[in-house]
Amino acid sequence: MADRFEYRQVWVDGDDAPIIAGFDATIPARGLTAMVGPSGAGKTTLLRLLNRLEDPDRGEVLLDGTDVRDYDVLALRRRVQHVGQVPVTFPGTVADNVRVASGPGVDPEELLQRVGLPVSMQDREADRLSVGEAQRLSLARALAVGPDVLVLDEPTSALDATSKAGIEALVRSLAGDGLTVVMVTHEARQAAELADHVVEVRPCRT
Amino acid sequence: MQDLSGAVGFAEVALAVLLVGVGAAVSRYRGLGLEGDVAVATVRSFAQLLAVGYVLAFVFDGRGGLTLVVLAVMVGTASFTAGARARAIPAARLVAAAALATASVGTLGVIVGTGIIPLRARAIVPLGSMVIANAMTTTGLVMTRLRDDLAAHRREVEARLSLGQTAHQASLPWHRAALRSGMLPIVDQTKVVGLVSLPGAMTGMILAGAPPLAAIRLQLVVMYMILGGNAFAAVVAGELTRRRLFTGDHQLVRSLRRRPM
Repeated sequence: MADRFEYRQVWVDGDDAPIIAGFDATIPARGLTAMVGPSGAGKTTLLRLLNRLEDPDRGEVLLDGTDVRDYDVLALRRRVQHVGQVPVTFPGTVADNVRVASGPGVDPEELLQRVGLPVSMQDREADRLSVGEAQRLSLARALAVGPDVLVLDEPTSALDATSKAGIEALVRSLAGDGLTVVMVTHEARQAAELADHVVEVRPCRT
Repeated sequence: MQDLSGAVGFAEVALAVLLVGVGAAVSRYRGLGLEGDVAVATVRSFAQLLAVGYVLAFVFDGRGGLTLVVLAVMVGTASFTAGARARAIPAARLVAAAALATASVGTLGVIVGTGIIPLRARAIVPLGSMVIANAMTTTGLVMTRLRDDLAAHRREVEARLSLGQTAHQASLPWHRAALRSGMLPIVDQTKVVGLVSLPGAMTGMILAGAPPLAAIRLQLVVMYMILGGNAFAAVVAGELTRRRLFTGDHQLVRSLRRRPM
């Protein structure tokens, strides 16, 4: 099966010691890949390299065989949607949030249903959502852009048990839809239950 | 009308130091510990203004070409001050210098170009200094506010970048807030001028014996110049600060990314 991403001898320097030291891994195009490792191992940084919120100091990250730096960065980011650990809502209603960067022909109602938010919620101010709802909204906003890849940084770490199970099921079903889903988690259990592929991230020795 | 312009000699200045003595005495009896600062401030102000007085007399005495040098020194010093406050921004002093140079060239260019004020050192130096002094405050405000806001809202900025927005789009809400914060003080001041304070240029002219209506006409020109100068400075400081805080690839610079949240 073709690889979507490949990390080749990636180094990211920190202030004192490297954050990532010579990391190699591949992420397949199909299914859900979990990147697992303890806190501080550099998982978040590795994800941020995929949509170029950061660049490696040495080494390269390939998308479909081409260095991510060779793509137009704005087009790359639309194709590789990144959702952070803490959900971020923008000023305005739920529907405004979905439309912020939506591609042509996107129906906000359909997307809200897709991520499990009631359509009746679309006129609510986004800053009044619970954390779990806000995380679903972040996913809807990312899907509205029309990406090939969804990159999720600990999408359930800020959630209670019920919301967490809901998001897990949602992420699983998105991966089933043909999207490449890359998810960072520090929970081995979550990785084992959800993921089709697991990439282990070990902390750099300092 | 009595003209006070020649009435104050050094003996009179020495008498006025009595009032500084009041400041020092208050500090002493209330234990404020400011006597040293008061003394330094008194001596410094005397030395600085005396030196400037000689420089201006020298420039005004048929050496108008030196006006540019005087303005450059003012822009340089103000850039240093505004830039020092915004130290966390890469090349902060250059950003401030560009903002202040634009403010002075822009405003002085307009008022000289349209013939509002003649091209004379005696007019250009004091007007330029007022524009630069005010623009310095605005520049410092805009730079620090934009930087602090982007750092504090890093997650939201990066969420916007992740959706494919440009650095310009992703920083827009905070960029706008920074420009507002830089512009508001002068806008408010312009609204209440005359009601709350009699500003410097007008006060000076009245003391020197000019008719009040002549004084207010000049003051109006000065206020509008300052407002325009602040606008020039705010726009340039905001734009260049944003460019220093993002890479060409629409990434936040490392110093903002790595800041613990």
